[in-house]
Amino acid sequence: MSGVAFILISILTLAAALATATLPNLMHAAFCFVLALLGLASFFFLLGAEFVGLALVFIYIGAVAVLIVFTILLTRRDSKEHHGVNWSGVLIAFAVFVGLIWAVLKTQSLSIVPPHIRALTVRQIGQTLMTGYVWPLQCVGLLLTAALIGALVLVMEEKK
Amino acid sequence: MYRIMTPTLPLVLIVSAALFSIGLLAALSRRHAIFILIGIEMMLAAANLNFIAFWRFAPPPHPSTGVMIAIFSIAISAAEAAVGLAMVIAVYRHYRTTNVDEYDQLKG
Repeated sequence: MSGVAFILISILTLAAALATATLPNLMHAAFCFVLALLGLASFFFLLGAEFVGLALVFIYIGAVAVLIVFTILLTRRDSKEHHGVNWSGVLIAFAVFVGLIWAVLKTQSLSIVPPHIRALTVRQIGQTLMTGYVWPLQCVGLLLTAALIGALVLVMEEKK
Repeated sequence: MYRIMTPTLPLVLIVSAALFSIGLLAALSRRHAIFILIGIEMMLAAANLNFIAFWRFAPPPHPSTGVMIAIFSIAISAAEAAVGLAMVIAVYRHYRTTNVDEYDQLKG
């Protein structure tokens, strides 16, 4: 884990996230969201969780971001946001940020020396999913099926 | 000087806290329904980063616990995004707008 890569990736991720939160043009903001997710995935790579980083790229960028872009294009009537800064939102977000930073810096037990990086292969992950985590896996499968059917039912035209 | 720059657990947690606050900012200050959803997704992603950071820095009892939790969390947020975007489209069909200020029928 190199420090320079860490700094660069965190700057990229946070700048892209901030652009997502503030840009008035919706398509630009959506693409900045994709950029922020890429930064987050490289964060996972940096921390040694390659499989989660790849899953993030596949699921978030491949499915969720495309879905978001499609929805923006489908609801394009007011694609520019009539802008006015909502100061209470900024204030609350900043207060939460300061509170979280305070909590992180106050906690003494967080200064742990990182242990040696353990190679966690995809084979191991698959075996763990199929042995110890079978029931959560089935529940997530059920949840995804229910969410898909629910989304379809929500957007179905009502036939008179 | 270089020692400070190497990523430690508090540094990763601070980046994650910043990402969470930016997501909260997007969810609170945007007026477009899709971008409120994006803000929520960003907060969930920051939580995932926390899971992975704690998994990396503190040895858990089982070597893959943090990765498992992150994978399940990603799957659940994908389901949430699908349902949320479907709701945005359904409401758009009714109101012809995606500005949440004009969704005033549910006001108490």
